[in-house]
Amino acid sequence: MTIAATEPLVDVRADFPILEREIGGKRLVYLDSASTSQKPTQMIEAVDSHFRRTNANIHRGVYALAQEATDLFEGARQRIASFVGDSYQTTIFTKNATEAINLVAYSWGGANVGPGDEVLITQMEHHSNIVPWQLLCQRTGATLRYLSVSETGELSLAELDAVLAEGRVKLVGVTHVSNVLGTINPVAEIAARARAAGAVTLVDGSQAVPQMTVDLSELGADFYAWTGHKALGPTGIGILHGRRELLEAMPPFLSGGDMIASVSFEGSTWNDLPFKFEAGTSPVAEGIGLGAAIDYLDTIGMDRIRAHETDLTAYALERVAEVDGLRVFGPLDPERRGGVVSFAIDGIHPHDVAELCDREAVCVRAGHHCAQPLMRRMDVPATARASFHVYNAREDVDRLVDALRGAREVFGL
Amino acid sequence: MDELYRDNILDHYKNPRNFGTLEAHDLDWHDHNPLCGDELGVHVVVEEGKVAELRFHGQGCAISQAAASIASEELIGKRLEELPELSADWLIDLLGIDISPTRRKCALLSLKVLRGASTGDASWPE
Repeated sequence: MTIAATEPLVDVRADFPILEREIGGKRLVYLDSASTSQKPTQMIEAVDSHFRRTNANIHRGVYALAQEATDLFEGARQRIASFVGDSYQTTIFTKNATEAINLVAYSWGGANVGPGDEVLITQMEHHSNIVPWQLLCQRTGATLRYLSVSETGELSLAELDAVLAEGRVKLVGVTHVSNVLGTINPVAEIAARARAAGAVTLVDGSQAVPQMTVDLSELGADFYAWTGHKALGPTGIGILHGRRELLEAMPPFLSGGDMIASVSFEGSTWNDLPFKFEAGTSPVAEGIGLGAAIDYLDTIGMDRIRAHETDLTAYALERVAEVDGLRVFGPLDPERRGGVVSFAIDGIHPHDVAELCDREAVCVRAGHHCAQPLMRRMDVPATARASFHVYNAREDVDRLVDALRGAREVFGL
Repeated sequence: MDELYRDNILDHYKNPRNFGTLEAHDLDWHDHNPLCGDELGVHVVVEEGKVAELRFHGQGCAISQAAASIASEELIGKRLEELPELSADWLIDLLGIDISPTRRKCALLSLKVLRGASTGDASWPE
């Protein structure tokens, strides 16, 4: 069965200069946005302009240039906060989502989790939302538990209720959208149930913020972490949103300059939010760049981006099913998944799939996707993964399917 | 014919020689490539200071599995003290294909577990 290729719902490919590249004489097809997104000219120019015209350290210079840089950086923070329905004071810049989760594990976890307590995460978490909790439990004597993932790649709210009812869970950690299965988890429902049971919730939004409307004022999670580079922004900047009372009560994580109110020989007092959690010189250019990336996403509109990615995912699910011996992981309903399709082909290891796709200038990821426990749950050593963003089109999926057929031919299948 | 996935490589991938386990063995080692999850173990039976029998087992890409299979045919009969001397170039020459930097560890995993089994050294072959 085939679906006629149509014009993409959104065609912004001209805004992404890297897409003009050819590799081995073939037009680049980038299908690894779940790893990192490509960057629009508007973002690149914002960073370039900052270094050319407004570079100075922020928060301390009295001269006009330093004030300009500060205004650009803090203006970006304000727009980033509004973009996801949060407030300025509770929008904390980190190095990446991993650091944001570590901040919570060390600062909140260290003060609130002890022997006999439980931390509950899921089998579909990225290593960044597993390892910090393993270490927290080792440090504190708490127990780490996992919610199971069904055959169709989904969580069970009944299982969540049963574990919460035992009364020992202090924190629930869950990804908003799975980077492997694409599953969109019911995080508002999970956060509500956790809160009713006296637990706080941390949501890993790294895959969600780039591709759908996220409104933290509706979501009700206590902590929400995400990263800039998957959302068309630069690397080196992540974001932690937190409930104000929790952040105010938490001790600092990293310490040094900028996060203090005053320092004496005997001790120090802490700066106000959000600066209390931002030690040292901030990622100024990265913040300004992420602000520009968010403006770009906002201009297109997250609802249109979601519709575009749902269309591509639906098309990809139809087309890859034409490849003999190919099996797809995760929910089959494109409305219930993000723009990522993980798959395996009988008789060809995912690495070899990715290598043979690369010959056709089609970039797909192969491996465990930093989710080894999930691979074990699915009983596969690895998968190949194609993931989409607003700059992809149906013809990119066609190129993938051609490359997969070619891979089977090379392997004599 | 594909320059990497030559008939010889695909033949060894699909029909690996000396593949499986040995219930009674003198040496064993197991390791993986953390970047991609390829994993490989080896069992060795030693007689009179030589490799008498050898089996690799595990799962991974065509390059890692074919390299183990091709190497296994050369390893049987070698003296134990020869094993740590085997270099990365020895194995890559044996494969007879150009290995890109990103696939180098796939190719060398079999040599790494063999070195571990014979010396306890868990480092990657140079």
